[in-house]
Amino acid sequence: MQKKSKARKSMVSSLMPSLGSLAKRGLAGWLVIIGIVLVTAIVVVTMISPWIRPHDPSTILVGQPLVAPNSQFPFGTNDLGQDVFSRALSGGGIMLQVSILSVAICLLIGVPLGLFSSYAGGIIDRIFCLIMDSIYAFPGLVLAIAVAAMLGRGVTNMAISIAVVYVPSYFRVIRSQVLSIKEMPYVEAANSIGAKTRTVLSRYILPNVVPSIVVIATVNFADAILTAAGLTFIGLGVPVDIPDWGWDLTNGRRLLTSGAWWVITFPGIMIILLALGFTLIGEGLSELLNPRLEQ
Amino acid sequence: MTLRSYVISRIILTIPMIFILLTMVFVVIRILPGDPVLLHFEKAENLAAMEEMRHRLGLDKPIWVQYFEYVAGIFRGDLGESMQDYSPVAQQIWSAFPATMELAIFSMVVAVAVGIFFGVESSKAYNKPQDHMIRIFGIVAYAIPVFFLGMILQITLGVGLHLLPTGLRFNPTLSTPTGISIGNVHFSTGLYTVDSLLEGNIYKFVETLRYLFLPSLTLGLVLSGVFIRLTRSNMLETLRLDFVTAARARGLSENKVTYSYALRNAFLPVLTMMGLQFATLLGGAVLTETTFSWPGLGRYIVDRIGFRDYTAIQGAVVLFGIFVSVVSLVVDLLYAYLDPRIRL
Amino acid sequence: MNREPAHLLTVKDLAVEYWTRRGIVRAVEDISFSLDKGETLGVVGESGSGKSTLGLSLIHLVPYPGRIIRGTILLEGQNILKFGNKETRDLRGRRISYVFQDPMTSLNPVERIKNHFVELIRTHEPKVTASEAITRTRKLFKDVGIQPERIDDYPHQLSGGMRQRVMIALALALNPSIVIADEPTTALDVIVQAKILDLLKTLQDTYGMALMLITHDLSIVLERSDKIMVMYAGRIVEQALSMTLYAQAQHPYSQGLLKSIPNIELAEQKLTAIGGAPPDLRNPPTGCPFWPRCPYIMEICKIKDPPLFQTSKDHFAKCYLYGGEKSS
Repeated sequence: MQKKSKARKSMVSSLMPSLGSLAKRGLAGWLVIIGIVLVTAIVVVTMISPWIRPHDPSTILVGQPLVAPNSQFPFGTNDLGQDVFSRALSGGGIMLQVSILSVAICLLIGVPLGLFSSYAGGIIDRIFCLIMDSIYAFPGLVLAIAVAAMLGRGVTNMAISIAVVYVPSYFRVIRSQVLSIKEMPYVEAANSIGAKTRTVLSRYILPNVVPSIVVIATVNFADAILTAAGLTFIGLGVPVDIPDWGWDLTNGRRLLTSGAWWVITFPGIMIILLALGFTLIGEGLSELLNPRLEQ
Repeated sequence: MTLRSYVISRIILTIPMIFILLTMVFVVIRILPGDPVLLHFEKAENLAAMEEMRHRLGLDKPIWVQYFEYVAGIFRGDLGESMQDYSPVAQQIWSAFPATMELAIFSMVVAVAVGIFFGVESSKAYNKPQDHMIRIFGIVAYAIPVFFLGMILQITLGVGLHLLPTGLRFNPTLSTPTGISIGNVHFSTGLYTVDSLLEGNIYKFVETLRYLFLPSLTLGLVLSGVFIRLTRSNMLETLRLDFVTAARARGLSENKVTYSYALRNAFLPVLTMMGLQFATLLGGAVLTETTFSWPGLGRYIVDRIGFRDYTAIQGAVVLFGIFVSVVSLVVDLLYAYLDPRIRL
Repeated sequence: MNREPAHLLTVKDLAVEYWTRRGIVRAVEDISFSLDKGETLGVVGESGSGKSTLGLSLIHLVPYPGRIIRGTILLEGQNILKFGNKETRDLRGRRISYVFQDPMTSLNPVERIKNHFVELIRTHEPKVTASEAITRTRKLFKDVGIQPERIDDYPHQLSGGMRQRVMIALALALNPSIVIADEPTTALDVIVQAKILDLLKTLQDTYGMALMLITHDLSIVLERSDKIMVMYAGRIVEQALSMTLYAQAQHPYSQGLLKSIPNIELAEQKLTAIGGAPPDLRNPPTGCPFWPRCPYIMEICKIKDPPLFQTSKDHFAKCYLYGGEKSS
């Protein structure tokens, strides 16, 4: 029992480069590092924000409303007199929750579905493919909006809407990987000695598919964040008074005409940094795992 | 595979996809929430009014009947009736759809133009600072929420410079372009750019462009990243090929080599990408329309969400789906026509 | 007093490096030679010997990340390397032409053959009309032995041999003084090879250009060139008239090359290959680059790279067998 799991662990870990070796892998490695730094920084900041922020982000009239950035309020205040800086520090919570949840759902549904469908082949595979392709071809945000509108507001519902849109991506990536691995001699060998489908899938195919899953998961994270922001902007966000970047953007929109640019700019930059962080990780990993022959 | 058989099989493939799409929308809107009418009223108070609505909208019939009527209706062009006032949804979105189409077209043009331009520049300056900067721009562009970029542009270019309008589709003091009438036949496309030209009214044409500028710039920039990267990598690959070196060895100028030789070979993938990105474009259009108060299909959906008008949302989403399928079909057919491998 | 330039082409001290991410590769080093009007020069070497880089330098087209770091290339007295953009482009295709190795990939796949010519001719002679250019193309096709109707075809519609003829026709279109043919027959099958080489010879008689034949196949240049330059590891290791080289190759590498040519008349010939492999040009061995494979090494060979010793009027060999330290 011990041997099996050790073997599996080393198989997986040999596929994923360790952090130290990343720096040596050139530009792609650096992209991953920068991305991880960005994401970790934002996650950490969000988590410790209750202790490091100068003011409570929800308290109104901490200062005069609509004050431009100054020494007291480095990011200024919004129309309710809330400190934009504190809100910028604390506002990532909902977005992170939504994206983590949606990625989790996608993994739980998309991965097994992809594995099963492509391994089974035949008519089952074709049906699933057709369904997944149809969802994939559909404008993602519109679908998410439709689902979110029907399910109602809330973190889980947002996560579900986003997951619905992204499951096909996972499905396709896994399927293409499985199809290429399925024909490999070592899979044939395993089958010929009577290995159960479950075993073949988990021991042979899954570990080889993991790198691609990781890449698509990071891209998914980035997109989930942007979609969550979009859904909030439309009004399908979370109906609680928790500081949220998306909400600040929506709210701050009305204030633009009065020239209060700081209310939307800083939360917007935070969103960009977070999405960018995940994108960089995805880009870097994708390059490392499938190096483009750019000599 | 010959061109003809490909065309036929591709068109045939579209049919089940559209069906799945319609079913998907049906499932999401009619089945998912359980009772759309209840959702609309929010609280089960006015049972009589709810029954009446159910009846008028045909939502009290068995699910299978509803589905059948729904699909049949779509083929007739009937997208259902609004929960708000029972007026036909199709009529309500009659002018919204061309607005979105116009925005989509111009945004795609911006995205491809910016993408090709910077992609070529980037490949020419391979590994030099400009190359890196352009590549970074490409990555960052996609990470910017489109509505955020829209708002930034509104502040800087719109309000700041007082040059460009920050909302709406057309100057409210003028009559909208309506196209041209020849005898008893009226030609209008719903696209203000085309219609104003048909009218022969240059002033209206300029106004249309003025209003179109910021929204399409916003959406186009966010989408351009993909095209920059695609063009760059295609150019790099092509520029390395033998026939390019051979062309240089014949004394052809760098410009000629870059544009006439390399870019022509890199064009087809751009076309395919345009088709692939179209769905994303429409998604972004929804947010862009909301930001700029652009009276398109996207804004219609968002408004209807506010009114909890689920049948209207359904109709609009269906139209989105069909639109994307048709465009995707057209792009695939166009590609097949242009790709020498399939032609011969 | 009117001094004519001594040779059509004089190359002195040419050196080219490739600046790659993994190090600087000295592809070509210390190259000096000359070429006269109507003369045929054979350049022989293994792949990686720098011969293609040399050819491309002559039209100043060394691909990125290569740079010409030293030397002069005098064409009719003018240093090509000092040319501006316009003069360089004028030079290419008009004064010096290049025929590439693989005709399959050297032509623009989306352009008809005739357009290649029209474009070429009109780039260098803008006043020529398209129809005049096409007329000239037809004549060129006759010279290289392709039916004139084929000018309307696309490259993929022609056979390998025909494509190479097209490349040659393109090279001759503007009557250059020098044509550089880089492995013109390597991508073709044996029968076609001979035809193409014969064609080049015939054309040389008609057009009178100097020809530089770059190849790895010594047998080709022995028959068809006036003089031969043998290259190894980016350097010239031997330079001689072809007949002289055939009769008495001096450098061990050239000798090895000669010995490895199969002779159909010798029933039981033992083919000898040269043992070993060419050096890694990022980290060349000290001393003579050939010493790891040389049957005649002496101590000094491992330490110091020999200079090119002149052993007779037109014969040079880069080997300590032909001169000691003191002779440099």
